Amino acid sequence: MTLGEILTLAFSAILLQNVVLSRFLGICPFMGVSSKRDSAVGMGLAVIFVITLSSVVSWVLYTYILKPFDIVYMRTIVFILVIASLVQIIEMFTKKVSPTLYKSLGIYLPLITTNCAVLGLATIVATDEYTFLSALIYSFASAVGFLFVMYIFSTLREKMKNAPIPDGFKGVPIAMITAGIMAMIFARFAGVI
Amino acid sequence: MNQRENFTKGLLKENQILVALLGLCPTLAITTSLENALGMGMAVIFCLTVTNLIISSIRKIVPDEIRIPIYIVVISTVVTIIDMAMAAFLPAIHKSLGIFIPLITVNCIILGRAEAFASKNGPLSSVVDALGMGIGYASVHIVISIIREVIGSGKITVWGSLVLDINKLFGSNETLPIFTNFFIQPAGAFIVLGLLLGIYSTIRTKRMKKTEVNKK
Repeated sequence: MTLGEILTLAFSAILLQNVVLSRFLGICPFMGVSSKRDSAVGMGLAVIFVITLSSVVSWVLYTYILKPFDIVYMRTIVFILVIASLVQIIEMFTKKVSPTLYKSLGIYLPLITTNCAVLGLATIVATDEYTFLSALIYSFASAVGFLFVMYIFSTLREKMKNAPIPDGFKGVPIAMITAGIMAMIFARFAGVI
Repeated sequence: MNQRENFTKGLLKENQILVALLGLCPTLAITTSLENALGMGMAVIFCLTVTNLIISSIRKIVPDEIRIPIYIVVISTVVTIIDMAMAAFLPAIHKSLGIFIPLITVNCIILGRAEAFASKNGPLSSVVDALGMGIGYASVHIVISIIREVIGSGKITVWGSLVLDINKLFGSNETLPIFTNFFIQPAGAFIVLGLLLGIYSTIRTKRMKKTEVNKK
């Protein structure tokens, strides 16, 4: 792969095919953890960690075990077990090695198991005929895209707390509409890449 | 709580999308057409009913500490069966739903009902609860997909042959300018769902205030 190809793949994963705004994966943490900037960034960093690792492991398992033995239909069960155990291992590992990192990421780790962006990207990367390198880059860049959008969205929501919004629309409804406007902007990146 | 209340609570009062805000990913992603929403609705109702039945039947022999991994394995098994069945019998819908069928595994609703209801109640009431919750979920999908498909393309197509063309009602063969494909795009999904949630919660708070006044 040339550098140009790598950059194109990475930027289209971050901006154009953004996990949240165009693929609709990981909406639950996007709405649930984005009301404060610190927690949004913490969640985003934990997600980068888990998505990259689990996608690569899933790719390896899919290509070297599931495909040769012709048991591709087992992929959902295998991937979800990989993700659940990886999250557990990462949690124990960070607790032992770096307590400060554990303090900032630890509380988000259990939530990640049921984050559909993780299982979604593992499935996309494994089944869509990516090579090992492109699978690694694509999953990492998508996770960076998640962090990027989480950061922007949390700053917007912090400002929105002071805005005069009708009572029924406070909280999630207005956040959805804001996300819609963000999705409109992100869709326009199609001309850039 | 009798079975009737158990069934109807999922439709509006505890609707998983409108009130609990769970399972929003497929709600945004696959509601581009009514056909997709029907397919997804059927898959979720089936999956929810079967997992609730299995989990409430085994609830007494599952150790409390490892219940979540066990639930996830049960759910992903059921989802795999649905995935294979849909690929065989409904290949077109299976293709357009794509990744969102395996993702039913991590849909918060399924695990949420398993944890909140099926692990504490008997098989019969768990099935009734699952049917109510599933139908409530599917009906929100259907409402959103009708809005998006009508405004987005000006017609509704179901099962490939059943077409309701609103453009023709106005006597034109082309898509009218009031129908824009903006609502089929991702941004439209967020805005339609946001408006729906806002309107629903406005009505709900008004109703709650009214009942409070009546009580006084």
